[in-house]
Order: sequence, then structure tokens, then C-alpha cells
Amino acid sequence: MKRGLRNEGGLIAAVLADPARAHDLDAAGWSMLIGQARNADMLGQLHFRLASGGALGCAPQAARRHLDLAWELSCRHRDAVRWEVFHIATALRKLDVPVVLLKGAAYCLGALPAAEGRVFNDVDIMVPHAALTAVEYALLDAGWIPQVANDYDQRYYRRWMHEIPPLEHKSRGTVLDVHHTIVPPTSGVVPDAGELLRRALPIEGEGWQELAGFRVLAPEDMILHSAAHLFFNEFHKGLRDLFDLHRLLEHFGCRDDFWALLRGRAEETGLSQPLADAVVHCERVFRTPLPEAERARARASLPEGVVGAMRGWMLRRALLPDHPSCSTTDVSLARWMAFVRSHWLRMPPGLLAIHLLHKALRAKE
Amino acid sequence: MPCGPFVVRIRTCSEGIADGLHRLYRDFPLIPEGDFVDFEVEVRAPGLLRSVVRPQVGFYCEGRAPFKPLPRHQAFPMLEWGLNWVISTHAHDHLVLHAAVLERGGRALLLSADPGSGKSTLCAGLVHSGWRLLSDELALVELATGRVRPVARPISLKNESIEVVRALGGDVELGTVCPDTTKGAVAHMRPPVDSVVRRHEPALPAWLVFPRFVRGGQLDLQSVGKAQAFMEMVRHAFNYGFLGGSAFDALAGLLDRTTIMRASYGDLGQIVPAIDRLTAADGR
Repeated sequence: MKRGLRNEGGLIAAVLADPARAHDLDAAGWSMLIGQARNADMLGQLHFRLASGGALGCAPQAARRHLDLAWELSCRHRDAVRWEVFHIATALRKLDVPVVLLKGAAYCLGALPAAEGRVFNDVDIMVPHAALTAVEYALLDAGWIPQVANDYDQRYYRRWMHEIPPLEHKSRGTVLDVHHTIVPPTSGVVPDAGELLRRALPIEGEGWQELAGFRVLAPEDMILHSAAHLFFNEFHKGLRDLFDLHRLLEHFGCRDDFWALLRGRAEETGLSQPLADAVVHCERVFRTPLPEAERARARASLPEGVVGAMRGWMLRRALLPDHPSCSTTDVSLARWMAFVRSHWLRMPPGLLAIHLLHKALRAKE
Repeated sequence: MPCGPFVVRIRTCSEGIADGLHRLYRDFPLIPEGDFVDFEVEVRAPGLLRSVVRPQVGFYCEGRAPFKPLPRHQAFPMLEWGLNWVISTHAHDHLVLHAAVLERGGRALLLSADPGSGKSTLCAGLVHSGWRLLSDELALVELATGRVRPVARPISLKNESIEVVRALGGDVELGTVCPDTTKGAVAHMRPPVDSVVRRHEPALPAWLVFPRFVRGGQLDLQSVGKAQAFMEMVRHAFNYGFLGGSAFDALAGLLDRTTIMRASYGDLGQIVPAIDRLTAADGR
């Protein structure tokens, strides 16, 4: 049984997929579940899932305490993200540029189920490339300061990445990432950022007049961004990001024309591969409800043969929670491979070589 | 093993830690295998190389290392610092303050100060004179009730204070002195049996003292205004920003029910009787 659980994404994934599994846990099982959820940054989501599945009552008191504290924290985070976004809006008001909220902040202000129980490490926004300098200066004026001090990293972000170096607010300590598109241009995938902005939707809800220029990505683009972010990166918060995708697909997937639209946008943006990965792994780990045709199409579009098998082997392990109960030698190897792969995907070989040489030389200083 | 509000399982192959646990935690119960464990912690070599060449140890909580590794002989202090970290970063049903806490007659005395002010030495001195130890390092103020929850772990002593406390007498038991840490020489004092047995009994704060040891100084007690004390305690809180409004309420409640003093002194013989007088006379 232990091995089976591990291959599905750990005990945490099994319980998130089916909260009724929690009824079978003994005290040691709860210790492992809470430990995995804590390391995956998913205690709040676990609280939500257990509560909605009617299984919160079976948690022993000591486990319940961690879950309740995480839930309270996620509620405070939700308020804090709104507060932070209002500050960003105030700083950018005079510029009159469209601002798109990305990832966690978008789930939160878009009132999406993916925000339930989630905590946020930073706020991500996207603005038109042409407005980047004006936006950066307006933020610096309003008290944000660059986190990255050294010249190489500054140049690296500005020249090669899809975002400027992270900014930290001098008094609130909050971190803000300003993007101009959703994937690093060096990855060779270059979605039309103008089209992403045009398709973005205004934030709905009462009391949002202050956020007049603020938008969230259209549902399909939001999912593609989330998939690209997860499958082009090193799976640092892999399971949490996959759960975000699961909740987005679950929420938007019941709309009639959604899947056709999603596939169309994936082709236009060049993100069909990460989308197929997202669909396959969400279904495998969280049993996301999918139309039969979509499941078959996604499976068929993944690489086959030895490469496909290797890829599957690596992704299954990289998506496990980073916890001693899941850390065997093969998992460590898979994580290392995922790390190497993320750099390979993000940069052409020549640039990668220069980048790694720079990092290696600087590490010695 | 119980560790303040949590249960931790400690894994290690370090003899220094085994020795420290046997000597300083001998009154603590072992939690039966199979019970719920809040945190799995481990003190071990960070890698194969570092178990042989200039050996080091790292502290791991659920497989993750919050600190850089230290030389192997510092394993026990590292465990103690690690357990402090576990409590201060997770016990968010409490306002966690950097303060020593003692109890007498059902009422708690908090000692809060910057490192090097003599807080732990004074704490050890008060324990020796009959106060019950709730905590040497972390005051856990229950958000709902305002009571302070005991931790009752060993008292951490540094440099000269090790000998000062050793000289207090026969009932004081110290662990091995560990030289050359970043804080200088460090040794831990075993918590009295009574403190460990009563580790589930919280106490309501009645006094807050900011102690400051001044070499060769005279005893000087000054009362402190609540607003000033508030700002100072925000600085000594681990999770003030994290808890937001409920931390403000808990701290305001604490200051409303305590007599607040600043105390500078040059000798334990001055300050311990002064605190006894202050707390005995204060009939509130």
C-alpha cells in the first residue's frame, strides 16, 4: 500500500483526491499526512478538501490544530493579497496601463476555487512590454526596491527573462514580480503577449472600483500559464502547482466550449505540450474529471518510447511532496534531472553554458 | 518527546545529543510509538564528506534544514536551537515572545531582553530561589486566554554565566560545556522535576521585567509605561506580523494585566531578592 501511495503523489495527493481515505488513517498516518502537506505548502488546501469532503471531523485533535492554523493563515493571506493589490493599484494609477494579475493573486481576486486554503509567497503582475520601465519607476517611487543587487542577475533578468528582477516593498516586506509575458522568451516559445492582454478579463465584484485597470487572464490563458509555469520549471512547489491546475480544470472544464477553446489557445501560444502534461498528471494524481476525448488526446500527444518512459518516470517522482517519507534515491535523482531539464527548456545551450559558468564562478567568491 | 505545545520525534546518531538528552531531559516522558507526532527532527551529518572531513552536523525538521550546519561537537546546542525554531515558527495559536517565564503563586513573571542582557542567568537564579520554570527562551501567550503555556526545556547559559549558575549550589545540574559556538561557550541547565511535571499548567502573567546586567552596577528599578513596553515587546515577538490583529490584542491584554519594570543590576544577589520583594508586595 505504501508503494502505491507513493507513486500516486504521496499520501497527501491520495487524500486530496479522495478525502474519505482520511477515515482509514491511524495516528502515524496523520503525522505523515500533516508533514507532507506542510512541506508541500498545502495544509490550508488539505483543510478545505477534508472539510468539503466531510472528513475533517475524523482528524485527531493534534492534527486538527495544524489544519485549523493553516486555514486561518490562508484567510489572512487572502486579505493581505487584496490589500497588497490595492497598494499596487495606487502606485500605478497615474500611468493608465492595463495590469493583469497572475497566478495566486488572480485566483484570489478572481474568487476562484483554486484560492481556497492557498497561501501566497508573492504577487505576480503582467504589464505591456512597452510600459515596463514606467511601471518599474512608479513602483520604485512608491517604496518597492529591487531584491537582486548584483549586476549579473539584474542583466540576466532584463535581457533573458519574462520578468524584471523581483521587487520587495521596503516597509511591508512583500515581494512583487512584474512580468511582460508568461514564459521566458529564451525557451523558444513566444506567445503573443498583446493577445494575452486583449483577452484578459476585468475583475468582477463589489468594491473593486479602485482596481479599474486590473484584469485576470482569460480562463484558457490562465491554465496555459499555470501549466507552462509548472512544467518548464524545477517542480519546487510541484504538487501545489499541480493542485492549482486541478482546481482550475475542474472549475472551468464544465463549460461547453471550454476544451476546444483551450486546445485552440494552446496551439496558438505553442503551449500544447505543457497542457498535455497538465491534463495527464492532474488526472493521474487528483482524478480531475475530463471528457474522454481530451484524456485520449492528451495521452497521445506525449512523447513515446524510451524518451516518453523516462519523462514519465521523472515527472511522477518530481511531483511528489518534498518530504522524507517520499525521499528515496530515485526521487532525489528525478528531482535533480527535473532541475537540469528546467534550465535546458528555458535557455538555448550556449546561453545556458555561459549562465552556469557565471553561477559556478560566483559561488566560489 | 513533548516539546512545549508539540510532540517531536528526535533521530540522531550523535553521542553528544544522547548524553544531553539523558542528563537534561531525564524527567520528560517518552511518547509511545504510534502516537501522533507533530514534527520529525533529525541531527545528522549533512553529507558523507562532512561525516569524515572536518565533521559537521545539521538540524533537519521533516527533512529540511532551517540553519547552516555546525561543527560536530555543537550537536546538542544545535538541537536546542532547532527545537526553539520549531516552536517559534509553528506555535501560531500563541503570541510567541522572546522571553523567560517563571511562576509563583499561580502568577507568571516574564523577563524579556536582548541577547547578552543576562536574562537566562537571572532565570536560572530565580528557579534556584523557588520560582517554577515555564520557559527560558519562549513565552507562549495563548491568544484566547492570555495565559502563558509552559515549555520547561533546559535553560541555555553562555560564557561567564555558566560558572555563576554552577556556583548557586548542589541542586543545579548542568550539561556538558560546549566551547566556541557563535555565542561563545554554551551549557544547558536541567529544568527542575516540578517544572517538567507541571508542564501542562499555564499561568496568567502579572509582571513583566526588562532585566539588564551591568558589570559592577548597582540595583536600579524603574517602572515602564505601557506604550513604550508595547513597542519593545513587538520587537521581541516572533509572530507579531504573522498574526496581525490578534497579536495586537494579545500583547495589549498582557500589558494591561502586568506591572512593568526595567531592572539593571550588577549581581544576582541584588536582583533576586528585589524581584521577590516586588512580586510579594504587589498584591493585585
